[in-house]
Amino acid sequence: MKRKWMLVLVTFFLVLAFAGGFAPAKFAAGKVSDVVKIAVLNDMSGLYSDLAGPGSVVAAQMAVDEFGGKVLGKPIQVLSADHQNKADIGADKAREWYDKDGVDVILDVPSSGVALAVSKVANEKHRIFIVSGAGSTRLTNEDCNPYTIHYTYDTYATGTATGNAVVKNGGNTWFFVTADYAFGHSLYDDTSNAVRAAGGQVLGQVLHPLNASDFSSVLLQAQSSGAKVIGLANAGGDMINSIKTAAEFGISKKQTLAGLLVFISDIHALGLQATQGMYAATAFYWDKDDESRKFGRAFEAKTKKMPTMVHAGVYSATLTYLKAVQAAGTDDADAVMKKLKEMPIHDAVFKDGKIRADGRMVHDFYLFQVKSPGESKYPWDYYKLISTIPADQAFQPLSASRCPLIKK
Amino acid sequence: MREIVNIPTAALFGQLVLGLVNGCFYAMLSLGLSIIFGMLNIINFAHGAMYMMGAVFTWIALDQFGLGYWWALLLVPLVVGLVGIIIERTLLRPLYKLDNLYGLLLTFGLALVIEGLFRYRYGVSGLPYSIPESFQGALNLGFMYLPKYRGWVVVASLLVCISTWLVIERTPLGAYLRAGTENPALVQAFGINVPAMVTITYGVGVGLAGLAGVLAAPATQISPLMGSNVIIVVFAVVVIGGMSSILGSIVTGLGLGLIEGMTKVFYSQASNTVVFFIMAVVLILRPAGLFGKER
Amino acid sequence: MKPRWIGEGALLVLGLVAPFFVYPIFLMKALCLALFACAFNLLLGYTGLLSFGHAAFLGAAGYVTAYAVKVMGVGPGLGILAGTLAALALGFIFGNLVIRRQGIYFAMITLALAQLMYFLFLEAKFTGGEDGIQGIPRGRLLWIINLQDDRQMYYVVLAIFIFGFLLIRRTIHSPFGQVLKAIRENEARALSLGYDVNKYKTLAFILSAGLAGLAGATKAIVFSFVTLTDADWHTSGEVVLMTLLGGMGTVFGPIAGAFSIVTLQNQLADKVGSFVTVIMGAIFIVCVLVFRRGIVGELSALYDRVVGDRGRIPS
Repeated sequence: MKRKWMLVLVTFFLVLAFAGGFAPAKFAAGKVSDVVKIAVLNDMSGLYSDLAGPGSVVAAQMAVDEFGGKVLGKPIQVLSADHQNKADIGADKAREWYDKDGVDVILDVPSSGVALAVSKVANEKHRIFIVSGAGSTRLTNEDCNPYTIHYTYDTYATGTATGNAVVKNGGNTWFFVTADYAFGHSLYDDTSNAVRAAGGQVLGQVLHPLNASDFSSVLLQAQSSGAKVIGLANAGGDMINSIKTAAEFGISKKQTLAGLLVFISDIHALGLQATQGMYAATAFYWDKDDESRKFGRAFEAKTKKMPTMVHAGVYSATLTYLKAVQAAGTDDADAVMKKLKEMPIHDAVFKDGKIRADGRMVHDFYLFQVKSPGESKYPWDYYKLISTIPADQAFQPLSASRCPLIKK
Repeated sequence: MREIVNIPTAALFGQLVLGLVNGCFYAMLSLGLSIIFGMLNIINFAHGAMYMMGAVFTWIALDQFGLGYWWALLLVPLVVGLVGIIIERTLLRPLYKLDNLYGLLLTFGLALVIEGLFRYRYGVSGLPYSIPESFQGALNLGFMYLPKYRGWVVVASLLVCISTWLVIERTPLGAYLRAGTENPALVQAFGINVPAMVTITYGVGVGLAGLAGVLAAPATQISPLMGSNVIIVVFAVVVIGGMSSILGSIVTGLGLGLIEGMTKVFYSQASNTVVFFIMAVVLILRPAGLFGKER
Repeated sequence: MKPRWIGEGALLVLGLVAPFFVYPIFLMKALCLALFACAFNLLLGYTGLLSFGHAAFLGAAGYVTAYAVKVMGVGPGLGILAGTLAALALGFIFGNLVIRRQGIYFAMITLALAQLMYFLFLEAKFTGGEDGIQGIPRGRLLWIINLQDDRQMYYVVLAIFIFGFLLIRRTIHSPFGQVLKAIRENEARALSLGYDVNKYKTLAFILSAGLAGLAGATKAIVFSFVTLTDADWHTSGEVVLMTLLGGMGTVFGPIAGAFSIVTLQNQLADKVGSFVTVIMGAIFIVCVLVFRRGIVGELSALYDRVVGDRGRIPS
């Protein structure tokens, strides 16, 4: 008797499930709303909160204000949320934003694992996602999709620039300390390729969990490898702690520490004494030219800190998005995306940028070196320019891209 | 470079020392946990949070009050112990007449609250605390470099562990405590204030955790998450050693730290799992733990 | 009997129309976690065993389902089945290892075994480590039901939930369930009456693990990804909270608890960020000190006091 009940119930629900597809949906993605909503999703309180965090929200708002607060007659709203570096939280929030709140574009998302998850949601919901914070090159290769743009930087750009520079300076044997997730692996891969291409040797790597509490045993392994260079394939709080622990163990005396993704917020936290001489390959430095100085000081006035390239990237991405919406005459994702891949990008941050078919925004990249305490003349005067890498060399060439969108 | 079994000596001993240092923290924390469990029959899930408080208070002592390391070493365990006494009096006391699983749940909630508050206030990036000057630098022992501070940690924790063991096993106060654990009603009949003993025991237990926190402050990342990172391993240590055995906690804590260190040298991926694996094996073969008595 | 049918009927109707008013993803998340909590309650509320490592089953099933559907290309129905079977197997292994222990020791060893699983998941290649398995295709169920549509997915999840719920309820009201309750009340007495207590406890454990796995497998399909969070001990703690808040040892308690917690997290996450943990911890403390019967327990007691005992057979 009970078994028949079960069967009846199951069939009933299956029928319902089938029927449910025909009812008008209240929460369908793809609505065009009356407000243009820009959402900043990043790590607000954890190891990446200094290089992105609340600063990115300020940057986005600055761009909105500069644009005039309205586009196509509709008001612009800036939202934000904390993804706590967890892919499930990030993807949940992204889905809710796209579905329920009618968000038109999501920005930032440092932490490549989260960025990969959100880009899949963006693809599913046909909404735009502009990654300013994350670094993994997978976003424009295996995991590329028509709705995701990889702005600002990626691990190829920073890893190759730094790897080349260090090897040319004599650091030809490398051992890596790698954050064990998408970003760390990506940075390790890209940098090792560059090191080998420049004639160096990669002796090995040791993995550590994201936001590790103790780097002593990891660095001990790096030390015992005997490599001339210890490549730090991690970022933010992890990189800062690696450097601090290395100092404690006297490692920095015999071996060179190479930060492969360095932000000005890291230098500020560690101080010039600990970081002088380190290479920083970056897309933006506030003191590079007049326009960047203007942006930098405006940002500093609001946040008391100078912007990192992530902050600058969010600012530029917001401006570019708004310009594209204006040019397209609508906030429909496909039309705006088309415009985004057509228009040149020129603002205080990027002088000559372009978004390629695989979603990669290419622009000139810069190799800086951290000044010594004596060379620094005023607050935040941390970098000196070593070289400028033109856009076509800085990023992975389109011909080598593994993105399925590229027709070969 | 000299090598043992294909691994450079310096690296091997370096990892072993790091393992020993970790083991010292495990020992001190599981010591406190054991004492609390023995006396109150409660698994103090908030132990990790107390450890974290010890480290954060050390930072606050310097940052807000200008009190250096040595002051912290003296005062912070007292402060943490005081917090513990307040908690025991207000929150734990009503639970003694209930199943001890409620105590576990309450202290779990407490751990969430404490960690959440500190996390809210200080973020998770970590607070900086430099090694006190007397301990900066490293000693060259020939076969390896020993950072001075880590050496101090080993010495200090061994002192603490041994003195605690001596007090409990060899002094009258310790005798009262042990008797109170076995038969509180009888001990109370002798005129000894058992509830006060219970309160003080909890205070001492978490004070030990706070002390571990002070010792940890210069060596590791002071972060609101440091408690939950370590608490599960400490539980495993306590279970392996025998839930209320003081000696078991100390020996197992040090031993597991060393085993973890060794594992990192030869097969570093397994270093996280080895403790739990050992725990599963011990619990199947010897359910009361290595040094414990079945309750 | 009558009030119960009315109450359940009302809930069913609510469940049927809900996706037209409330965001379906939120509902599905709550349903999966409610199933998880109900499965957990079978062990805690009805057998008296506190397992602090139930997330291991949620995570294991999630990963197996994710792998089966994404990498091996299996359909979602079979995928969920695979995940549930994996959880059952894990429950069988763990159950036989831990069942001789009691009380605190039982809780501790389940916690440690779950940690073992957590680190295995962290290191294993197939789980994707910190990144987890992402982009699990929802596919089509039985060829006609398109799970990509949130509404259709919802009804499937509702069906799965009701199946699991009815299974648990059937178990509770069966002779097997009565023995479990007897074990919870007084294990020694049950033993002295001739029942093979360990066998009953092991069976309850395995059933609980399997249903928790069903919840995890379904959740993997709903959200299209599985991460280490699903196997983390904080998740184990969360399900304890849901059951405690809702009412241990009541049939509907875990559902109330799960919905409350998910709603709370949803509403507060935007406003207070990581402060949510503090609130959850505070709820834990309050529940243990003064609210041990939980929402449903307290409401039930209130109902009894107001309506009076009219000779109903207590359930």
